Amino acid sequence: MKYIVCLKQTPDTAELPKITPEQALKGNEGVTKVMNPWDEYAVEEGIRLKERFGGETVAMSVGPDEVDEALKSAIAMGCDRAVRLWDEAFADSDYWSMALILAKGIEKDGGADIVLTGKMSVDGNAGAVAHGIACKLGVSLLTQVAKIVEVGDGKITVERLLDEGRETVTAPLPAVISVVKEINEPRYPTFIRIRKASRAQIPVFSAADLGIDPAQVGAAAARVTWTNLVKPEPKKREVVIIEGDTPEEKARKLLEYLIDVEKVL
Amino acid sequence: MHFWFNDEHEMLRNVVREFSEKEIRPKIRELDEKEEFDREILDKMAEMGFLGVCIPARYGGAGMDYIALGIVSEMLEWGDTAFRETISVHVALNSLAILQWGTEEQKQRWLVPQARGEKIACFGLTEPDAGSDVRNMRSRAVRKGDVYILNGEKMWITLADVADHFLVFAKTDPEAGHRGISAFLLERGMKGLKTGTIHGKMGARASNTGFIVMEDVEVPVENRLGEEGEGFKIAMSALDNGRYTVAAGATGVIRACLEESIAYAKQRVAFGRPIAEYQLVQQMIANMQQRLDIATLLTYRAGWMKNQGLRNTRETSLAKWYATEAAFASANEAIQIHGAYGYSNEYNVERYLRNAKGAVIYEGTSQIHTLLQAQYALGYRVDKPLRCELPPYDAEEWSREA
Repeated sequence: MKYIVCLKQTPDTAELPKITPEQALKGNEGVTKVMNPWDEYAVEEGIRLKERFGGETVAMSVGPDEVDEALKSAIAMGCDRAVRLWDEAFADSDYWSMALILAKGIEKDGGADIVLTGKMSVDGNAGAVAHGIACKLGVSLLTQVAKIVEVGDGKITVERLLDEGRETVTAPLPAVISVVKEINEPRYPTFIRIRKASRAQIPVFSAADLGIDPAQVGAAAARVTWTNLVKPEPKKREVVIIEGDTPEEKARKLLEYLIDVEKVL
Repeated sequence: MHFWFNDEHEMLRNVVREFSEKEIRPKIRELDEKEEFDREILDKMAEMGFLGVCIPARYGGAGMDYIALGIVSEMLEWGDTAFRETISVHVALNSLAILQWGTEEQKQRWLVPQARGEKIACFGLTEPDAGSDVRNMRSRAVRKGDVYILNGEKMWITLADVADHFLVFAKTDPEAGHRGISAFLLERGMKGLKTGTIHGKMGARASNTGFIVMEDVEVPVENRLGEEGEGFKIAMSALDNGRYTVAAGATGVIRACLEESIAYAKQRVAFGRPIAEYQLVQQMIANMQQRLDIATLLTYRAGWMKNQGLRNTRETSLAKWYATEAAFASANEAIQIHGAYGYSNEYNVERYLRNAKGAVIYEGTSQIHTLLQAQYALGYRVDKPLRCELPPYDAEEWSREA
């Protein structure tokens, strides 16, 4: 069995509030980048699949040199190796083009029985790349996966998380699955694996290597573009301390405050 | 010459920071209040490889370098002192002493399970009446045939009540001053070996600190580390490594003080402006930044020297002296910036001050390090080569499996 985890490098969630809409639109956030937190669950599940059913787990990402850091983190967690796909022509691709690049990368690597992704990225938030990859590869798509029940006989059985419950479904392999955080608890890398990952050589494939016409990808080919971005207003918080000599008095004043001032009762 | 950490160091720093953030910080206020050592955190550290970070892979370690030991110490103490102290005694004071001075048999028997995290180790040098004054220790080891009979008491021992393995020092020749001290490897379960926990510490309260009592403990001759009478040199060389981790840990305290002071100063408003805009607050922030950079440079210079196999007793002493004093001063200013909130345990900074105070006392008080530095500068003190030096880091050799 072979598993390929498609991951993205995104701004550290702690730094997201620092990014202005202008920076986000230009794709130049200027903050620390890490592996997309949602993708950590996909990496963990890819490693668990290998541990449960045997085989190889490969991490794959689209991006410039700096993305090696996220790919090395995936190796440190337990992926066997990593592949990076990059070409200047890939810059500013929309998720449909990203899906094409990843699908070509998967084919270039010899294909996979199961392709895993996180449910979405913390920067783009579209959650559409998994759909695109499945479409381009022409294979099964399972989203919102909260548990992999069984893999075997050319099939995969999973539990999908729904708004009000779970459903168990079976699909033929190969399949693309996008996972939710309920599926596992991502492991910490061991120090031995950090040492090995830091020295890993990650091959890079260009548009020509992947057989992609540069006109099919990048900004010019984007079907979706961001025309405007608005940051939510920061939530205003206020603390009111209710004074009183006795608990009864405090409770009475609190009640008066809730009824008369805040008018919430 | 360059001042960059490599990819391995950067990845390690990020992982240990995340570990401290997720595993230590959420629990630490309660652990500190209750004076509890959290075995669950230690077990996770063992599983990840913290306990053999800079030990060669063939001895069960992760095969990283001495800079990595510093990074682990720094980013653990960024979380809390307790778990950096674990690294100081288990890795730096005990395991590295075995790596440096042990026979191949001793490395296999003691170092391998320690580096794998299967056995926890501590270091017993200090006594109730002998801290800095090591040569006046009272513990005795008397040889009788194939065993030594050990008697004595060790005090202020980190992990005393947690450890499986103990590196202790006792006098084999009471007339010979510091040349009469020898080192021994003991294990829990030996008849006459007892331990206990000391309560009521001001800081490092989530760390286990205790005492060791030895009453006619029979220790086989093969458990002696180094030659008879070599104990003082072993202890001092171990302190070169222990003090390095203390310096690195103190750097982590300064880093935490600076980060939290910046965050607070930017959001706390007084007289209509964030207090970060006031120059007297900026002075304290600048002081912390200055201390962080100096402590970082001094500490990792010592780590780099260890990697090269250069004697670093003076440089490590200087790093430890400076960084621990700087951590205490930074914690004090961090409380000042946090105002009344900093004085309560609602914020971390009061804990940093209590923790930082310990480190200016243990592993050589600031006064001892001051005198050491003067003696080196005046030429009154010169380090002589040791029979066994700490092995320099060799990436290939360290990653070679058994």
